[in-house]
Amino acid sequence: MNNIKHIFKKEVSSYFNSPMAYIFLVIFAIVNSFFFTNIFFKVNQSDLRILFNIIPLVYLFFIPAICMSLIAKEKNTGTMEVLTTLPITDRELVIGKFLSALFLIFVGLLFTFIQFYTLMQTGTDIDYGAIFTGYLGLFLLGAVYSSIGIFASSISSDQIVAFIIGVFLVLVFYLMDKTILIFTPPFMASFIQYLAVDYHLTNISRGVIDSRNIIYFFSIISFFLFMTIRLLESRKWK
Amino acid sequence: MIRIDQLTKNYGSFQAVKSISFEVNDGEILGFLGSNGAGKSTTLKVMTGYLSPTAGNVYVNDLNIIEHPIEIQKHIGYLPELNPLYGDMVVYDILKFIASMRGISDKNFNNALDRVVSDCTLNSVVHKKVSECSKGFKQRIGLASAMIHDPEILILDEPVSGLDPNQIIEIRELIKRIGQEKIVIMSSHILQEIQATVDRIIIINEGTIVADGSPEKLVSGAQGLSKLELEISGPTIKEARMVEGSIDGLQIRDISRSKGIIKVLIEHNNTTDFRADIFKYAVDNDWILLKMNPVSENLEGIFRELTSSNHE
Repeated sequence: MNNIKHIFKKEVSSYFNSPMAYIFLVIFAIVNSFFFTNIFFKVNQSDLRILFNIIPLVYLFFIPAICMSLIAKEKNTGTMEVLTTLPITDRELVIGKFLSALFLIFVGLLFTFIQFYTLMQTGTDIDYGAIFTGYLGLFLLGAVYSSIGIFASSISSDQIVAFIIGVFLVLVFYLMDKTILIFTPPFMASFIQYLAVDYHLTNISRGVIDSRNIIYFFSIISFFLFMTIRLLESRKWK
Repeated sequence: MIRIDQLTKNYGSFQAVKSISFEVNDGEILGFLGSNGAGKSTTLKVMTGYLSPTAGNVYVNDLNIIEHPIEIQKHIGYLPELNPLYGDMVVYDILKFIASMRGISDKNFNNALDRVVSDCTLNSVVHKKVSECSKGFKQRIGLASAMIHDPEILILDEPVSGLDPNQIIEIRELIKRIGQEKIVIMSSHILQEIQATVDRIIIINEGTIVADGSPEKLVSGAQGLSKLELEISGPTIKEARMVEGSIDGLQIRDISRSKGIIKVLIEHNNTTDFRADIFKYAVDNDWILLKMNPVSENLEGIFRELTSSNHE
């Protein structure tokens, strides 16, 4: 547990010691605010649905970008050899790095307090429950995309390749119930829909915390983290 | 104590290390020599738990690396080849991070920091970014990271590359000091450096051990022959050649004449000392012996001989 904490602290300070965190947070805030203010005052609805629709789109490119360096850079510079010969398991290493990406996403979501505050000042009959579950959904979505991002980062030692693979995989999950569903035979439709991340996000954003959705998110996160750990361990395969 | 037991490591179909075995005892400094691709870095990587062996095992204090990698890694300090470092981090932060991963508490960190900063002479760069440091400093930062937890075993892959002669001497003294109580395993391409630092050398070639012993033993036992270099004034080349027939067991390897001085390279058996005989022979023939210098076979020659023989 201590090892996860030390890796987490190192990665977070690495984010904030480089321009990465600031670029992410500033652009994330600007993009969200721009689309939010453009629409919010026109639709006369006292909710944050606009924000909850924009952020998953912003995530598509931002999360692979903040995750691309997590493992690829360590491999590229050779520091992976230093890290993995410290008394730490590959599992602790991956979880520590995953949590650091999640922390950055959490800080990014805190920046949307401005939109929440705007709603509180201007809206009426605000459904705080739905807003809470909406944020929970965004956080879980961020976790899913981060697990995919860190997996992509472990595939290659080139950060750009890791980014492209990350965006591709994230897009597959995002578009699964939009375009891929069109080409799938009817008997597989419900399965494909269950795999689509948007389907579960929409359920949670409505204010319903269903165990099926929570299980989905945690399964995908666990799957990609497990695959990342296996990929790291592959150096030890005989 | 480290015991390498029939260690084999394959990369796909390529066999990098072929069933090698050796032991290293406490208080021993072992030098690992081999040309590029000989398998020495691979062996070191398996010893540190970075790679798993294809066959065989590595035992550290009777624990094996396959079943107890974490326990073993706690006792090892490792400086990888090319010394990878976090360029965007401050030296202090790197050492603090490694120390925390090594389980050194905040309370004990300052003592550990003082020790490695003094040992590796890092005072002037502790609060600098790694990317702003010179290559020599980077090498010493890597060494400090490997030593921060005062490990029982120090594995150093090319520890002196990039250092200037003064720094090399400092690091050599440091390694010797550590090696009095602990195990130090180092690889180097600088043969003189290995010769000056280690108690024992293992030469590895194409994945197998081709020599194992103290530097002196390797040098003297390589051919069982010694060489003498002479410079004589007086005789002609033909006259000088006569010495070969006059002293039993002596052979002339090379002879040349330059500006009236004959230069002779003599080879003889280790068991006999011919110097007195040669001196007397020269006096008897009214030659002036300008120089008589024993030519010791150096490690470079041994290395070349051992690592090139398999190619022939």
